Amino acid sequence: MACPTHLKYTKEHEWIAVDGAVGTVGITDYAQSTLGDIVFVDLPKVGDSVAANQTFGSVESVKAVSDLYSPVTGTVTEINAELATAPDKVNEDAYAAWMIKVELANPTEQETLLSAAAYDAFIAEETGK
Amino acid sequence: MADDTNVLKKTALNATHRSLKAKMVDFGGWDMPVEYSGLIAEHMAVRTGVGVFDVSHMGEIQFRGPASLDAVQRITMNDAAKLEVGQAQYSALLTDQGTFVDDILVHKLGENDYLLVVNAGTKDKDFAWIRSQVGAIHGIHISDYSSYYSQLAVQGPRALETLQKLTQTDLAAMRNYRFVFGQVAGIHNTLIARTGYSGEDGFEIYIPSDVATTEKAWNAVMEAGAEFGILPCGLGARNTLRLEAGMPLYGHEISDSTTPIEAGLERWLKLDKPADFIGRAALRALIDAGGPANRLVGLEMVERGIARDGYPVLNETGETIGMVTSGSPAPFLKTNIAYAYVPKAVAESREDVFVQVRANRVRARQVATPFYKRPKK
Repeated sequence: MACPTHLKYTKEHEWIAVDGAVGTVGITDYAQSTLGDIVFVDLPKVGDSVAANQTFGSVESVKAVSDLYSPVTGTVTEINAELATAPDKVNEDAYAAWMIKVELANPTEQETLLSAAAYDAFIAEETGK
Repeated sequence: MADDTNVLKKTALNATHRSLKAKMVDFGGWDMPVEYSGLIAEHMAVRTGVGVFDVSHMGEIQFRGPASLDAVQRITMNDAAKLEVGQAQYSALLTDQGTFVDDILVHKLGENDYLLVVNAGTKDKDFAWIRSQVGAIHGIHISDYSSYYSQLAVQGPRALETLQKLTQTDLAAMRNYRFVFGQVAGIHNTLIARTGYSGEDGFEIYIPSDVATTEKAWNAVMEAGAEFGILPCGLGARNTLRLEAGMPLYGHEISDSTTPIEAGLERWLKLDKPADFIGRAALRALIDAGGPANRLVGLEMVERGIARDGYPVLNETGETIGMVTSGSPAPFLKTNIAYAYVPKAVAESREDVFVQVRANRVRARQVATPFYKRPKK
């Protein structure tokens, strides 16, 4: 599945949509597919600080637990509370089931992230296809 | 350039799994499906309907000749002399120290004819062990027939109805842990056993391992089960099903550092069977010295958090007292469960323990196993 082109990506398989000074973060379809049935999403609290390339939570499937890495530095302004009771929303549509919104401390930071094409190429390399 | 997948062994259904878009993993050197439609859906299909697993990676070792029973008795902990022709039993190969080489199923095919079904990842080790221990006995022929068999497991409350469509053998008349040779989907001399690793009713069938025959059997089972919503099931569901059903897995609950006593498998450990067997002296000595220090216990997480294999188990004061051997969400029970080794006194007290789940210390209560028992009909 090709990735939405309006998003930016990390090598840890998160996506971010930036709108002005706010970034919305989730995990990619490739990530949810690799994890399998997601049963638990552990997110920070509103007001918490997150830092680029640092963990901000975890996502857990039946098989395994995996850290979530923030693509950017900033402050959490909102979390997707729906995921506490319906973590499987991430499996249904990983690009709709956002996890946190972050007020960006450094708006130029996102320029270092991967484009959709670069992320697709990265996945292709990882899976050897 | 070497292609990694070329070194993995493939079952006869490899192309089938790929065409079903299964997620494939390296499991003990085999390229195996871990899930197809999704682990939870597959797990639930087996608990409520029927599922089919390709378990062709399992190993089959046959003992033939007049000394077969002596050899099987010598290398296994259960009493194979109790078997009738057409009966199987759970058993294990033990080391001299009474720890596990592997856990196995022993099928008595005929007088002087036994088939041992062993784990895939340990098969070569098992075969070498068996040959080194009983290979020199006069009057026995030991053969590794693993590559000759494909094995399908049809499991779930609708497994009988599914498979019955494909055979003249009266499956309802077959008791648990019994087997016959019959015809399935037109394939002659199929070993049909009422066994499984899911905690549900079900059957395991052993067929010739050529691609055409194996695909024919798989497709016939899929078609027969369609009306019951059959799903192809991967190793992911196989693991959560066996864990809910309280069945041990080699490399987790049992290993070359654990004995059947601490693993709670004494029911299958026949220390007083008429023949001596490897590991018996060590286990008797261990019992005389007070028994092993630890016991395997079932845990249910009381607080939010999922125990995983290898996570430390702590007591109330925060001391590490044990380790999780398998842990997972239990898709049918909808709780988070685990197996762990803890000191015998802790197991006997039934007191709550704590599992170190990454940064969090999560309370768990000791519960009886199996975690799940299928309803009696």
